[in-house]
Amino acid sequence: MLDQFGHDAWWVVLLKVILIFAVCVVLTLFNIWWERRVVARMQHRIGPNVHGPFGLLQSLADGVKLALKEDLTPAKADTIVFITAPVLAVIPAFVTFSVIPFGPVVDFFGQRTPLQLTDLPVATLFVMAIASIGIYGIVLGGWASGSTYSLLGGLRSSAQMISYEVAMGLALVAVFVYAGSLSTSQIVAAQGNLWFGLVLMPSFLIYAISMVGETNRAPFDLPEAEGELVGGFHTEYSSLKFALFFLAEYVNMATVSALATTLFLGGWHVPLWIDHLWAGANRGYWPLLWFFGKLFGFIWVFIWLRGSLPRLRYDQFMKLGWKRLIPLALTWIVIVGVVRVVCVANDIDPRWIAVPAVVFTAVMVVALLRGAPAPQLPVAQPQGAFPTPAMPAGGAVRGAAAPLTFAPSTAPRSIEEAS
Amino acid sequence: MTENTGENTGEKHGLKEQVWDPVAGFAVTFTTQFRKPVTEQYPFQKEPTAPRFHGRHQLNRHPDGLEKCVGCELCAWACPADAIYVEGADNTEEERYSPGERYGRVYQINYLRCILCGLCIEACPTRALTMTNEYELADTSRESLIYQKQDLLAPLQPGMEAPPHPMRLGDDEQDYYAPGLDTLAGARGSTTEAAGARGSTTEEQR
Repeated sequence: MLDQFGHDAWWVVLLKVILIFAVCVVLTLFNIWWERRVVARMQHRIGPNVHGPFGLLQSLADGVKLALKEDLTPAKADTIVFITAPVLAVIPAFVTFSVIPFGPVVDFFGQRTPLQLTDLPVATLFVMAIASIGIYGIVLGGWASGSTYSLLGGLRSSAQMISYEVAMGLALVAVFVYAGSLSTSQIVAAQGNLWFGLVLMPSFLIYAISMVGETNRAPFDLPEAEGELVGGFHTEYSSLKFALFFLAEYVNMATVSALATTLFLGGWHVPLWIDHLWAGANRGYWPLLWFFGKLFGFIWVFIWLRGSLPRLRYDQFMKLGWKRLIPLALTWIVIVGVVRVVCVANDIDPRWIAVPAVVFTAVMVVALLRGAPAPQLPVAQPQGAFPTPAMPAGGAVRGAAAPLTFAPSTAPRSIEEAS
Repeated sequence: MTENTGENTGEKHGLKEQVWDPVAGFAVTFTTQFRKPVTEQYPFQKEPTAPRFHGRHQLNRHPDGLEKCVGCELCAWACPADAIYVEGADNTEEERYSPGERYGRVYQINYLRCILCGLCIEACPTRALTMTNEYELADTSRESLIYQKQDLLAPLQPGMEAPPHPMRLGDDEQDYYAPGLDTLAGARGSTTEAAGARGSTTEEQR
């Protein structure tokens, strides 16, 4: 597989680079529009619908507006770092896309070349490493602004990304064990028959949760919690520098979605075994359609999460990462390792891992959703006297309210008693 | 988890409440996506207001075109936002704007202050001041949002005549405010022409 790479003519490489860059930028503009439209629908609204067909040019107009705004640099800012930080945030976001496989080997202007810029034996590790560099942009931006809000936002962001990268990396280990490689094109090839998202469902779930934490998206958007930190790390940024952070966030969203597609949903392979009916589905440029379909599926989930969930409190967020996700991921790796060894030793179909996977997923869902016991707060004793209203019968109501029931009236008094 | 509250309320926070309820919230946003949005396409498509919507004011006229406002300033006194300014003046036989003694010479409503509460309408003794359904009261300068008398006066309907002009519906203001009382009583000795004029204008009004 890897020998397909590195033989392209220079103009093919250049063209691929330009195409990937263009796709990332257009994808960002589209995603912003799509997010606003979908969130609006989830809130009974319509969303941007004035500029261009269906409002599609809204994000372009916003981008132009951002570029034309005044570019402020705070007096207390460390100017060089302040300017470098947004660049440092946006470049890794784009670089990651270089190892994402968009499709198989195709006829590219007369040249036979895979629809992927390049691949490495450690491509997935490369993605993780480059994504970590993106954190520097946010942390340095927060620090160089010379503002408390920015600093706190940057610190939160670094803590958050580092915590969730652990769970994310652990989730990927099972995939490496099963694919036998860290190269993205080989991982996609290994999923020809069955997606890892199905046989290694717990890994998929852990990755899906941690990728939301990794991209600072709701409900894990603590670094830019506007109620607490104004704008978080980008409070002091304006104009194009802010636009770069914005771009980085949305490209990152696309990147982690593309990586999830590659590692868990079979990459550019056609879903639902359609290739058994139609062999051409996995050839030529058709895989682009399946790839971007899956990618947009993930983006839609991002939007759905944003439309449904409130922001987590910081300590809850950290507890979820360190006390739930990481132990679960570790346990799952042990199970995967044991099952893999047993399967290889006894010559059993390795896909039997799906059975413990389903069981573990059920355990995980319960473990993740079950909240910690609510603290027992002191409850005021029922008084019933004037300033304090009487407590509801049976004490304070918490959680779901009890259904309204009316006690049967006491036995009617006879006329003799009443009179 | 729920021993205390459980024994108090007689309910248990079971697995359903812990596991299913957080997930069920997602169904709300999911299904809402496919419902019809409630948005009105306002600047492109204007929906009619409720019939009694409190919009811009209007100064009404009598059927012959004379103003109903008598310059009493009760609206200005009733206004909680101090948005109305009225100066009354005397009508003369040569220059008559309203039936009776007085008319509103200056009438201003400041829409930067007005809260459209309608207390001025309740205060008006002659029904001169009412409200329309017009709600597009935005502009770019303070001056243009202080509406003068000519901005507020109701337009002249057919059969109306722009004041100043003499009273057309009778000899005095009673023929405007209590039409028909004198013919019923037969005590005020109104002329037949005036009665005829009154009859014709009421016909026109219908």
